[in-house]
This record gives sequence, structure tokens and C-alpha cells, in this order.
Amino acid sequence: MSNETKKNAEVIVVTSGKGGVGKTTTSAAFSSGLAEQGYRTVVIDFDVGLRNLDLIMGCERRVVYDFINVIQGEATLNQALIKDKRFDNLYILPASQTRDKEALDKDAVGRIIDELKKDFDYIVCDSPAGIESGALMALYYADHAIVVTNPEVSSVRDSDRILGILSSRSKRAEEGRDRIKEFLLITRYSPSRVAKGEMLSVKDVQEILSVPLLGVIPESKAVLKASNEGVPVILNKDSDAGQAYEDCVKRFLGKEIPMRFTEKVGFFQRLFGAATE
Amino acid sequence: MSQARPLTDTASFLLKGSSFTLTTLQLLTLDYDSLYAQLGYKVGQAPAFFNNTPVVLDIQKVSTVPVEIDFVKLLNIIRQHGLIPVGLRGANPDQTSRALALGLAVLPERVNKETEQTAPLPAGKQPEPKAKNELSSNTKLIMEPVRSGQQIYARGSDLVILASVGAGAEIIADGHIHVYGALRGRALAGVNGFDEARIFCQSLEAELVSVAGQYCVNDDLRKSHWGKSVSITLNGDHLQIQAL
Repeated sequence: MSNETKKNAEVIVVTSGKGGVGKTTTSAAFSSGLAEQGYRTVVIDFDVGLRNLDLIMGCERRVVYDFINVIQGEATLNQALIKDKRFDNLYILPASQTRDKEALDKDAVGRIIDELKKDFDYIVCDSPAGIESGALMALYYADHAIVVTNPEVSSVRDSDRILGILSSRSKRAEEGRDRIKEFLLITRYSPSRVAKGEMLSVKDVQEILSVPLLGVIPESKAVLKASNEGVPVILNKDSDAGQAYEDCVKRFLGKEIPMRFTEKVGFFQRLFGAATE
Repeated sequence: MSQARPLTDTASFLLKGSSFTLTTLQLLTLDYDSLYAQLGYKVGQAPAFFNNTPVVLDIQKVSTVPVEIDFVKLLNIIRQHGLIPVGLRGANPDQTSRALALGLAVLPERVNKETEQTAPLPAGKQPEPKAKNELSSNTKLIMEPVRSGQQIYARGSDLVILASVGAGAEIIADGHIHVYGALRGRALAGVNGFDEARIFCQSLEAELVSVAGQYCVNDDLRKSHWGKSVSITLNGDHLQIQAL
């Protein structure tokens, strides 16, 4: 795609507070989606010691150097970046598995991000769970934040917490610049359970968190399949989750797309066409 | 008296910190006759209100007058009108020791300067809460949701939140609290003893509410007006919740 004027690279953090809600799944899908739309994208795993972005992206067999090696000057950025098998404009910077998060240094991370901004349009940071140093480091340099939330009380509470932290502990907040643009991404949504009153609805979650909604990803068997195969779920075009992620990427890039997969699928719809798997 | 007395008996007293709102009688002249007459007039306007009311005598405005203050006469005038002098404030060291000899407690100075009134006040001015309940007029205004884990404290003023307060958040004020949204966290009003403080919210879903130290938790709040627009006040020693 031709870019007459290159706009500034943007940093997106995928965070949540709560663990296991779909941050890495989202980071993988979102960065693949951005690359698919033609943007040069790099995705960084900030979960030092518990790395799994490389597994979800399917590049675990090609990891030589990692993020910590680059921070400590043991390798250059070019040596550590892994080119994605499917998209030429997508790169992965894996986390270290043997070191721990104490090795992350704010200034060094800043320098690496500045370096990456020269060659990429989007830098996606996959945050670890929690509100400690790993998560704080991942959100520090962000321009946008995707807050991944399950429609479930403890996840919503933790997302609220991380929203508070985003507004006060980022570089933008410290420098008094415009705040990080926050987006809500609801994952593992089940319209039938919502209809039964077993699960919080999209409206409930939005009402509690008061943050613009990026999208809703339905609970889907395709996600586990994608992890196991090392193929980000967005590339499974037949799956509901894959399609939902594609909608999210397009919305992020400015297109108006109505929300799908938020209503209960009737029997006949299921029989005659609506994707469920 | 033995200092190392073993505590084998059951305790006969407990020392506790408490805060009280007290009326201050700020003396402006040493014209005792004028004071007697004007105080009598004032008390006569609302005898039930003034009868047996404890007062703190504030002599800061007259403490530099060369004439010695006749405390005995002053206290008599006060007592004759049904008020009970309990303390003294604004005294110099000499006045302090004389007051102590008369059994008056000496209370701390005010921290902030009082705004000067242009018209001269009669001795025995309008009783109003003083000391810890001084409120400035700078209301703290928050226009974004208060997130879980955040704590907002409006020192010496009211607090207005133009959004919702999340579960796990704490909002605290020396004055009133207004939430133009859902209150899901904890709200503590009148924390410095201002028992007329109120909490207002558009939807009561709080974890805990408190006015001047008296609190009520989520379990009990659910019994009435849950999820509704309410105002919460302190009535004696329990909280009263009314629909707005």
C-alpha cells in the first residue's frame, strides 16, 4: 500500500489486569490483522519468563535472541526480530524465558521502541497480567490501549483498575500530554448465557467501565485450535472469532462496522449460515 | 500511688478520642454591661437552643486590651444566660493561667484567619460550627470516572464527581459528596467530624458509606433504595437514606 506521507508510528498496548482473558490471543490476532491491512507491524512480548506470544504466532522454533538480549546489548534488534511466516511486514520480538522481569529497564525499552518507530507503523505490546513492573513497562510508552475484558465480575474489576493505572502511570500522563486512547475489547462473549442472565452483557460492561467499545469476540473453539496450530485466529476466516477480530482491526483503523456476534443465534440461522466455529 | 499496678481488676474507664462541634462566643469588647444586655437579647430569641449549651470563650480579639479581663464576671454573665462555659481560646499566658485556676480548659487556636465582617457584630455572634469543621469554598471537581484502586480526598471542602465511582475506589471529603453517576465504591463524607455532611448519588450501589465516622456497609445498604437516587445523612448515631 502506498503511503505518501508517513505518519508517526503508534504504540498499542494490549492489557487487562486479569490473567487469562485473551491478551496474547488478541495481540497475535490484532498485529496479524494490521499487517494484513498493509501496515508494517511489530509485536513485542513483555511477559518475561512466561513467554507465549511466540507459540501463538507459530515462530517458537525460530527464536534465537530475545527482548532482554537486545536490552542488555547482547544482540541487535535485527538479530532478535523474527519475520512472520505469513506476512512480510509483520515481525515478532519474543520475550526471554530464562530471565525475569527485573531485567526490563525503562530507558532501554524506550530506546528500543524509538528504534522500532523508524521502521514500523504499529508497535503492539503484549502485556503480562497484573499491575506490577512487567505490565507497567508494557503500557508506559503506549499511545493506544486495548483493555481486554471477559464479561465476568472479577475481570471487569481488574480492567477498571488497569484503566486507572493507564491514566496515571504512562509516559503521556507523566508528561502531561494527551491521555492514552483507551478501547474496550470484550472477549469470550456468549450471547446465549447473557440471555439466560448468567453473564454480563455488553451494555453492563460498558456501563461499568465507560470506555469506547472496540469490539466483542465470541467464545469460540477456534481460539484453542489457533493456539495449538500457532496460527493467529484472525487468519481462520470461517470462524466467528476470526471474523470478529477482523472487524476490530478495521474499526481501529477508522471504518464503521456494526457489532456482530453479540446476539443469540437462532436455530435456523445456525442451520443456514451464521458462522459458529 | 503505685505505677506498676497489675491489671487484675476489670477496667473502670476507657480513654477515647472524640470530636465535638462547639459554639464559640467571640468577645469583641470588655463592656460587660453591653455584653450582658446583648447576650440576653440573643438568648431570648431562641431560649431552647441556647439553654445549657456548652460554649468556648474566644478572647483573641480582646486579649491585647490593656485592661485585665475579669474572668469571674465574664463567666457569670455567660452562666446567667443559661450557657455553660467549657473552655477558653485566644488567651495570652497570663490569661491562660487565670482561666485554668477557674477550671476552664484552654483550647487550641484556629489555624486559618477568619474573614473580617464589615458591620460590627453584637457580642455573642450567631453560633456556627468552628474548629475542625471549617470548610473552604473550593469544591473539588472530578469529571472522569473514579477507577478501582483510586482514592480521592477533598481536604476542607466538598467533592463533586461528574461520573461513576468504580467498585474498589474510595472517595473522601471533609464536606459533602455528590456523585452524578453510580456510586459503587466507598464514600466517606465529613471525615473531620462534620456531622451535617451529606452524600448524594444517582445510583446507590456502594460498598460502604460513612458520614462523620458512622458507616453502613453494602449488605445493609441493599435493604432500601438500592440502585436509586439518594441522599444520605447522619441522624443521631445512624445513617438515614432518603430518595432524591
